[in-house]
Amino acid sequence: MTSKLSNAQIAWRAAQDIADGAYVNLGIGFPEMVAQYQPLGRQAIFHTENGILNFGEAPSSGSEDWDLINAGKKAVTLNPGAAFFHHADSFAMVRGGHLDVAILGAYQIAENGDLANWSTGPRGVPAVGGAMDLVHGAKRVAVITDHVTKDGQPKLVKRCNLPLTGVGCVTRIYTSLAVIDIEGGHFVLREKVPTLSLGELQAQTGAELLIHGPVADLIVPEL
Amino acid sequence: MNRIIPSLAEAVAGIGDGATVMIGGFGGSGSPIELIHALIDRFRVTGSPKNLTVVNNNAGNGHVGLAALIEHGMVRKLICSFPRSSDPRVFTEKFLAGEIELELVPQGTLAERIRAGGAGIPAFYTPTAYGTDLADKKVVAEFDGRAYVQERWLKADFALVKAHLGDRHGNLIYNKAARNFNPLMCAAAAITIVQVSRIVDPGAIDPEHVITPGIFVQGLVEVANPQQEEVLNRAGAHYP
Repeated sequence: MTSKLSNAQIAWRAAQDIADGAYVNLGIGFPEMVAQYQPLGRQAIFHTENGILNFGEAPSSGSEDWDLINAGKKAVTLNPGAAFFHHADSFAMVRGGHLDVAILGAYQIAENGDLANWSTGPRGVPAVGGAMDLVHGAKRVAVITDHVTKDGQPKLVKRCNLPLTGVGCVTRIYTSLAVIDIEGGHFVLREKVPTLSLGELQAQTGAELLIHGPVADLIVPEL
Repeated sequence: MNRIIPSLAEAVAGIGDGATVMIGGFGGSGSPIELIHALIDRFRVTGSPKNLTVVNNNAGNGHVGLAALIEHGMVRKLICSFPRSSDPRVFTEKFLAGEIELELVPQGTLAERIRAGGAGIPAFYTPTAYGTDLADKKVVAEFDGRAYVQERWLKADFALVKAHLGDRHGNLIYNKAARNFNPLMCAAAAITIVQVSRIVDPGAIDPEHVITPGIFVQGLVEVANPQQEEVLNRAGAHYP
């Protein structure tokens, strides 16, 4: 029995790599959890596409201001030192390379850094939001995800077969089993769950995992 | 100089069939619900305007505001980045039935296309969407070793936006994150109509604080205590 990380634990691990004062954009949904696990003494400045820097936690129920929301349309509050700006300035921050980190979800990540996270194919109503801009904007583009799909297929693959969000854009992947960097068109294993052998991890990964230097144990607190 | 319009009905009277209309807001934040509802009121009496092309980040939520405009069959085409919401049924059903056209645009590209439209820049290059389906058939060029996609400006016949304060010159300030696309749309439309929560005397807005200068605004109408889409939807509202 291998112990895989919960979503909260994946978010916790990703949060450990965010420096104090970093400008960070978290994708809608699961990535928003990362904000809860900032290490003590560090405070990132969170950016939302709809024009706020340095927003804070959700307000208590009943005290929402619906002119003060995040990209997921959820009510937020402001931290001291917050700023408002219009959408073109917001995406100048994104595309202009001013954000330190963007953390996004994924359907598939390829070993060359390609990301697919906006469409599962031609069915239904397509929607992209700011994902295609974010993947080309931040200095680091990280993904948090389960290591495999719900039916056990690898999400880390040689080439994506779902519609791409961006080409060669992902730099680090935090999964339920491992921390993996993308370097020179390859997956490079940095950390893995200690109860899992390298062979077992490789078997759940759709492209070769390279070992460059030591592989640390991926150890996270109970959350 | 007086750009104040006395009523919502007069504010939207000039919008004709087939017009391209930018509608401000991100979800409900900054959405000019009362102006949209005034358009619906006119349509219900006169059958016009119809066949509109609407530019908005989203595709409406529930059965009020933009969703109600779509539900009444007034919108032929929508240009947006994210046609999903907590209750997207109105758009989804029309889209899947082939009754409304969708041009899907990445959010930052949408913002910049509108900005370019207002700034007189016919095209620009962005890294966004390079190598994806949304760059299909678009011109690509390389700058300093990196590939970029050419995108065209976006302009409109009308913009309908919400602001917080305005004066009779059209100078505006917004409320918090309700600013979003609104200043860009004010500049990109031939005629911009703004609903403001309060009209103040010229000089009451410190020139240092003006977000949209009045040159981008053709008409203002006062709507004190504007409704919020989220509040209406939580109450299960339908318009009308």
